[in-house]
Amino acid sequence: MPVKQISVFLENKSGRLYDLAKVLGDNQINMIALTVAETGDYGVVRIIADKAEKAVQVLKDNGFTVSETDVIGVVVPDRPGGLASVLEVLKGNNLNIEYLYCFAGPTKDTAIDIMRIEDVTKAEDIIRRSGFEVLEKIDTID
Amino acid sequence: MYWEEHLETLPREAIEKIQFQRLKRLLCYVYENVPFYRQKFDEYGIKPEEFKEIEDIKKFPFTHKDDLRNSYPYNMFAVPLKKIVRIHASSGTTGQVTVVGYTKNDIEVWSNLMARTLVSCGVTEDDIVQNAYGYGLFTGGLGFHYGAEKIGATVIPMSGGNTKRQVRVMKDFKTTVLTCTPSYSLYLAEVAEEEGIDVEELNLRVGIFGAEPWSEEMRKEIEEKLHLRAHDIYGLSEVMGPGVAVECEERNGLHIFEDHFFVELINPQTGEYVKEGEVGELVITTLTKEGIPVIRYRTKDLVSLNYEPCPCGRHFVRMSKVLGRSDDMLIIRGVNVFPSQIEEILMNIEGTEPHYMIVVDRKDYLDVLEVHVEVNEKLFSDEMKKLQELERKIKEEIQSNLGISASVKLVEPKTLERFEGKAKRVIDKRKI
Repeated sequence: MPVKQISVFLENKSGRLYDLAKVLGDNQINMIALTVAETGDYGVVRIIADKAEKAVQVLKDNGFTVSETDVIGVVVPDRPGGLASVLEVLKGNNLNIEYLYCFAGPTKDTAIDIMRIEDVTKAEDIIRRSGFEVLEKIDTID
Repeated sequence: MYWEEHLETLPREAIEKIQFQRLKRLLCYVYENVPFYRQKFDEYGIKPEEFKEIEDIKKFPFTHKDDLRNSYPYNMFAVPLKKIVRIHASSGTTGQVTVVGYTKNDIEVWSNLMARTLVSCGVTEDDIVQNAYGYGLFTGGLGFHYGAEKIGATVIPMSGGNTKRQVRVMKDFKTTVLTCTPSYSLYLAEVAEEEGIDVEELNLRVGIFGAEPWSEEMRKEIEEKLHLRAHDIYGLSEVMGPGVAVECEERNGLHIFEDHFFVELINPQTGEYVKEGEVGELVITTLTKEGIPVIRYRTKDLVSLNYEPCPCGRHFVRMSKVLGRSDDMLIIRGVNVFPSQIEEILMNIEGTEPHYMIVVDRKDYLDVLEVHVEVNEKLFSDEMKKLQELERKIKEEIQSNLGISASVKLVEPKTLERFEGKAKRVIDKRKI
């Protein structure tokens, strides 16, 4: 089971990201990771939240264009070369990454890489078989 | 100044007499030679012989743009193709374009009317005419070209575009008369300035501008920037091209060459005549065309008419500048665009049933078209490249279908205004 990422379309207007954060906050939804990809006129906000399903619902109710995307969450060692070690596996299997972002992992010496890869199931399988921990769910961080 | 003084100064009664005779002959001519009109007249139960006085024209059916479109390409022609020496077509519509054909005599009449047009704006054989209307299927380029040659002026057939070269030619060739769309004239002025050309170095004295609506304010601006006298001209390819009507030296309305065009002004909803001075839709019947005559053609252009005699000596009726359209057609950089065409393009793009808004503005004197499309869940992707691909696709489709470039802006859902009943799809910010 891949991790659910929430993707939101936002126009590049002042206050829109605030609106989004406010809606999630008011509904007691905690964001674990957030990244924005932007062009001149608009951006796509990508969020990992503790209650993904509820988050999607409240955002839709508030008029946002939202989609859920399957992404892969991999636990990698938090040390120089940590990211490279998992990328090497992908490269070796000819898997291309659409986008990726990282944040600190649940323990001091781990980090989590979130990857968007076309064939999620296949990629997950390969990563797992190469000895990495693939997350099923990212709820909270201790 | 006149080109054909005896005809241009005909008194009203004489004009009306000529119109009656020509209408009578025309109605028989199209009934005999154009199956479309024969069928239409039969449907209306009217025969050409029943035309006994000018008012009887009201009994005959209107011709619509769609009739011409449906007869694509040659079915409304009244003569065999071997008699046709030139084809033109209207620009920028999806589906069928409107094709028109000219006989040798039509070209002769048209050139003559363009000669009248130029002369009534004060152009003479001593002038150097830089013709920046597009040459090609569009009637503007060749229409002006033939008229200017006819009066013996020196023609520089520049066609549109290549603006830096235009301004260099304007200076070096000592252009005295500029013919192009009004917005392009302002763009030329701007580029001339950028190129370090002082308007004092130019020899311009007359400008004849048309093919798109423009205002008195714009006239002032053009005249200040280019130091010339700007005249408005009216025409449409379905009827002939440029040379249907033009402002004389008085510049108080455009004289319609009524010995070649019979005009009526109607309420676009009811088809009834409007009172003199009121705004209505201009309806034109060609009186002398052989190739593709039109009977009571609905131009969709809203104007008012003034039958008062003009100090210039012409008694031809004067129409106001075009004040609007009775349909939702937009003219963007001289290209006719219907909002429905853009809607069709959006619908054809996979999964799209979008709310959209067309925003037209004028930047640096050129029309710009922006299409705002609401991103719904079907269109949305978490991947930027797919959103950019969507924008590119819409842009490309507009370019290839309409022949104009547009910028596409993806916007959040429900940000575009909703309207009850008929949706308003167009915001026209141009000050015309």
